[in-house]
Amino acid sequence: MQKLVVIGAGMASGRLLEQLIEADATAYDITLFNAEPRGNYNRIMLSPVLSGEKSYTEIVTHDDDWYAANKVTTRFGEKVISVDTARKVVVGENGDVPYDKLVFGTGSSAFIIPLPGHDLPGVVAFRDLEDTSAMTEAAARPGAKAVVIGGGLLGLEAAAALRLRGMEVTVLHIASHLMERQLDPAAGYLLKKDLERRGINVILEAQTKEIIGNGRAEQVNLGDGTELPCDIVCMAVGIRPAVKLAQDSGIACGRAIKVDAQMRTQTPDVYAVGECVEYDGNLFGLVAPLYDQAKVLAKTLLGQDDSFVMRELSTKLKVTGCDLFSAGDFADGEGREDIVFRDPARGVYKRLVIENDRLIGAVMYGDTADGNWFFGLIKDGTDIADMRETLIFGPSYQGGAQADPLSAVAVLPPEAEICGCNGVCKGDIVKAIEGGAADLGAIRATTKASASCGTCTGLVEQVLSVTLGDDFVLPTAQPICGCCDLTHEDVRRLIKTKELKSQEAVWQELGWKTRNGCHSCRPAVNFYLLADWPLDYKDDPQSRFVNERNHANIQKDGTYSVMPRMWGGMTTPQELIAIAQAAEKYGATVKVTGGMRIDLLGIQKEDLPAIWHDLNQAGMVSGHAYTKGLRTVKTCVGKDWCRFGTQDSTGLGIKLEKKLWASWTPHKVKLGVSGCPRNCAEATCKDIGVICVDSGYQLSVAGAAGMDVKETERLVDLTTEDEVIEWTSAFVQLYRENAKYLDRAYKWVAKVGLDWVKETLADPATRKALVERFDISQSVYQHDPWAERAVPSEAVKFQPMADLTQEAAE
Amino acid sequence: MNWIDIGHIDDVPLRGARQVKTKVGCLAVFRTAEDEVFAVTNACPHKGGPLSEGIVHGTSVTCPLHNTIFELSTGKSHGVDAYTIDTYPVRIDGDRILLNGDAIAQRSAA
Repeated sequence: MQKLVVIGAGMASGRLLEQLIEADATAYDITLFNAEPRGNYNRIMLSPVLSGEKSYTEIVTHDDDWYAANKVTTRFGEKVISVDTARKVVVGENGDVPYDKLVFGTGSSAFIIPLPGHDLPGVVAFRDLEDTSAMTEAAARPGAKAVVIGGGLLGLEAAAALRLRGMEVTVLHIASHLMERQLDPAAGYLLKKDLERRGINVILEAQTKEIIGNGRAEQVNLGDGTELPCDIVCMAVGIRPAVKLAQDSGIACGRAIKVDAQMRTQTPDVYAVGECVEYDGNLFGLVAPLYDQAKVLAKTLLGQDDSFVMRELSTKLKVTGCDLFSAGDFADGEGREDIVFRDPARGVYKRLVIENDRLIGAVMYGDTADGNWFFGLIKDGTDIADMRETLIFGPSYQGGAQADPLSAVAVLPPEAEICGCNGVCKGDIVKAIEGGAADLGAIRATTKASASCGTCTGLVEQVLSVTLGDDFVLPTAQPICGCCDLTHEDVRRLIKTKELKSQEAVWQELGWKTRNGCHSCRPAVNFYLLADWPLDYKDDPQSRFVNERNHANIQKDGTYSVMPRMWGGMTTPQELIAIAQAAEKYGATVKVTGGMRIDLLGIQKEDLPAIWHDLNQAGMVSGHAYTKGLRTVKTCVGKDWCRFGTQDSTGLGIKLEKKLWASWTPHKVKLGVSGCPRNCAEATCKDIGVICVDSGYQLSVAGAAGMDVKETERLVDLTTEDEVIEWTSAFVQLYRENAKYLDRAYKWVAKVGLDWVKETLADPATRKALVERFDISQSVYQHDPWAERAVPSEAVKFQPMADLTQEAAE
Repeated sequence: MNWIDIGHIDDVPLRGARQVKTKVGCLAVFRTAEDEVFAVTNACPHKGGPLSEGIVHGTSVTCPLHNTIFELSTGKSHGVDAYTIDTYPVRIDGDRILLNGDAIAQRSAA
């Protein structure tokens, strides 16, 4: 077997070994030298390691097991002293290794500006794990400061990561805008603003004079007299190919080791790959061409034909939240034209550079979704004359027809993030689909995409549709869950028409596939039953989420929060004293909420009945801050106090709250009553909002201020408080009887249409009947759940059933 | 066998659970719709959610914090992230629930 020696375990040589072994594991007996005491890891992922978002083990590409399994002899932590190309021997610190073929993968080293003080401890590059560890260590000191010299790709990633670690960071950049090789001044400006918003100080046109300190770097001084105290200095001004060993061995070098398109040096049987090579006068720093080189060299070593071809490159910055993309050539020049799109309010900037009806460069900031599509046009040299007018709006505007969301998804690159909650990108989803996942449920189970907040569900469905083509039928109606094939709407309808009045009846009659549902469908069915049959069906606590069963909000540490009701936001000194005493007695953290009440956090489950008892004694009841039910009615002070107030908004708010409290609804219900159109109670982003005016009351519904933000829509204008209470109760009952469980009012209204809601409620008889049904339900459910559970016979259920910690161990 | 009486069957709600404090930490004792009983570690291995507060369906429980589903008879979770919780021998004798003290003693010695 021929002997192959590889010097340097970097990303390029790592890829080379992979390709070589995959193609023919028996071709070579391989020895791998590395001066760093470890093997291949993904150097471009050092930024997330520095910021703490990833650990070192997560970025290892080849571990000891991999080398062992592939019979690669590793000599890590051992420097190569020289290479004798005449005898074909590599001389390591621990002895000679003869070779038949030799590969230089020595990579590059950080360029350190020879400033006074550059050799002080505490001055590091951002090149390897040692640098990263040094920076992490410095960041651990409270109030630590970092100076990053260099505002290019690497420097900014280091700066952002150090900032994430909590350091005060200053970036010094010699040019007049950041990343001047990849960005034009406009995009550079937006990037600077974004970084400053994150608390990173950026100094442009900085002339760094010296680094001073007593035994270690303590301060950076600039030419203009600026002094920057610091705990660490990171120099990220560029890289230099590491070619000393090659030069000393007599291998032909220019700025780096000269290779041809087969990655051969000018010395027989010696090859080079990665950042240490010079090809056709070019050096390489980004990873894509290095991987191309590795692929070519693997073939060359196996005696197959392949040639390295220079490709257009695109750049993305790996700084979360700074969205930039650049590709091609975007310098101004004769015969070049620009198309520029700016939306300063959103911080979006796009610039396309066109020459001879071809796109030759693109810079984008803030919205880079179409970046890869533009990059494709640049690489392919596509004639863009026909789409020039709409080119800047991206692929979804091409092809004549109206914008098709599917085409936008189709052109997304594999690394495009689809699910922000779980960090799932398009490629992961496509892989899952290719692995057999054919619907939303399967995608959620395998990748977790859209399984958290669900806002990306539409996107995931589009990826399914694009990937599967005609095989994917976009479901028109999702079944309630895996337990049953019916939709929520069908289940609601059948519960009414078939008069199903118990859970068992629902399971039997509607063909449930599980014994008694699951955590997803059972709470829904429980609600549908109690909303439709208030006198026949009794709410089942065991079908309620923990908060609604324990009448308090569970927190991440397993303790609970307790929030007494404050009618319309009014309270009294006596109530506040009782709250203060309870907080002290049960060790609560006290928080004033956005819903005009006081939250007592950190209460142990065992203490809940006792604290409820204490609050009950002061006349307070549950605030239902934990239910799919009426939460708060937010009010302003109204005409009793306010010089602009037109009606008694506080009084009306209290009346509404007294009418609606303790009712169960499909999702939470929040109200607001403002005394005038200045709207201090922010009523127009609630589920139901009342704006008082001179002539009466404007009742509006279906607002939102959560995952979505939406203004309410006017339902009706009324003249008396009684009318407001009647219409509000009728609306809530209509919502209770018709909405899908866990649809907020605005989602339900969007489905049924505001016109239908208006029409239904406009009929006095219908309205009256709805209010009557609401009142019947309230006759069952409107009582304080805390008082019921504070009595000793119920309170005991909040304790452990047994305590065996004192049992003698046998 | 050292079976410890931990309470009446009706102390645990149908399709519900109660906590039992032991030397090996808090256990959750479940009672299904069919009156089967199970005892498992109370804390979900994911983020420590109290499983005794989860919704019980069939012979499974859903963690109240992040919806991981555990099969009570085996202690194994469904879905992508495979978690396993300890299960403890428990049985019904008449209307009393008995927990195996030996299993707990062994676990605490281990």
